[in-house]
Amino acid sequence: MRDTAIFWQQVWAILWKDIRYELRSTQTWLSMGMFALLVLVIFNFTFDLRVNNVKAVAPGVLWIAFIFASLLGLGRTIAAERERSILDRLLLTPVDRKVIYLAKLVGNMLCIGVVEIVALPIFVLLFNFDIAIIGDLIPIVLLGTVGLASIGTLFSVMAAATRARELLLPVLVFPLVVPVIISAVQATSLVLSPAINEPPWLGLLIAFDIIFLSVSTLTFQFVVEE
Amino acid sequence: MNVQRDVGERSKEQPDEKYKDTDLDTASTNVHVVSTPIAQSPIVEIQNLKKSYAFKPILRGIDLTLLQGQRMAVLGSNGAGKTTLLRILACLDKPTSGTVRIAGLDLTHNPQHVRQLTGLVAHQPYLYEELTALENLLFFGRMYNVTKARERAIDLLQRVGLERRIQERVSALSRGQVQRLAWARALLHDPHLLLLDEPETGLDHNGNTLIDALFAEHTHRGGSVLFTTHQLERALLMSEQIVLLSGGRIALQRASADLTLDELRRIYSEVVK
Repeated sequence: MRDTAIFWQQVWAILWKDIRYELRSTQTWLSMGMFALLVLVIFNFTFDLRVNNVKAVAPGVLWIAFIFASLLGLGRTIAAERERSILDRLLLTPVDRKVIYLAKLVGNMLCIGVVEIVALPIFVLLFNFDIAIIGDLIPIVLLGTVGLASIGTLFSVMAAATRARELLLPVLVFPLVVPVIISAVQATSLVLSPAINEPPWLGLLIAFDIIFLSVSTLTFQFVVEE
Repeated sequence: MNVQRDVGERSKEQPDEKYKDTDLDTASTNVHVVSTPIAQSPIVEIQNLKKSYAFKPILRGIDLTLLQGQRMAVLGSNGAGKTTLLRILACLDKPTSGTVRIAGLDLTHNPQHVRQLTGLVAHQPYLYEELTALENLLFFGRMYNVTKARERAIDLLQRVGLERRIQERVSALSRGQVQRLAWARALLHDPHLLLLDEPETGLDHNGNTLIDALFAEHTHRGGSVLFTTHQLERALLMSEQIVLLSGGRIALQRASADLTLDELRRIYSEVVK
């Protein structure tokens, strides 16, 4: 019981440190937010959107914005730590490696979440959807974010140890998050234009999240220490 | 050295027989170390330690023993393997082969326990620049699960002469002040073994006097120190044992009392060409 309390206190301590650090520098969140907005605006202008095709295009646009913005931010916290050898400082302490992973995961989810909170209403406005659909989209966005961040956090550590980290991170992450993205895009499509006889995309999304979270939590120790 | 230490993961390996009296209680979930270290039992035992990076050998078979309460100076030119040795002892790097035991615990099988027993001051301060001096120490206090971390942090900040800089961010501190804070960070969890990689870097005369005092306090309480330096005179003054590394091997290992400065200089210049 006491060990569990210490575990979560340490997760909170790392998370608090990362949030405070990020709020004081503000670089990552601002650039991610701007990037997501720009993607939405550019897609809105470049596609010839009409009433009959907007619902087919919009989910893809939304998730492309989220993925690229996420990747921008994903590697930053750990890359910054690697650059200053501060991940070594965390690794030097006897803190459980799962603590580090969970704190980084929640930190990344918060970072992506802030961008999504800003981007979702703008997406709805730009693509002329009813504002009420935001409520239906939130669970999908949340689950998609868990999938993205769980894999992204793990691989950002691997990529951060290399010189070509900016290039390597998307190369490693994109293929692995394809199932999450397909499920999220399809689930979003169902919200925008409900259909019957569709696979349970939300259930699939949950299943992928559980798999990715479990595997990433278990393998993080080996990735970070080797 | 009576900070309660909790290590999240329980050790399956029992500590060395000779450490049983030091109350390293592995029967409970938390490891509680109340140290009154037994004099003259080894804190560091290294046997045939080898380390390679990308097939390039850095350490080529090191055998060392450091006793509790002792100070060992590790000398050598750049690239001799001093920092690698310290990184292995601090569990930041894994040995390629060989055995390393800290306080009787195998470093490869028990890294979490070993981390709790060691404190490192290296070239990198391992501090968060955007956090204040106090926030840094509180954060690391939580990582090491130090009880009464705030009091301990404030005490240490006073001890290293940073009591007026408590609320200043690390990025606003001078190089010497950052080094002092790194010392406070390394001492926060009251480690048994201090690992110091050129600890005098960036410190002025007062700073050097301070670390001499911290050295003395640490060993007086039964702690051990393994430090690297390029200053031969300082190495001779501050240690009981001198080790000279060259090309990843031990070229000299002798009690400091058996060496004169001139002799050490001569050997050093012969070995390090």
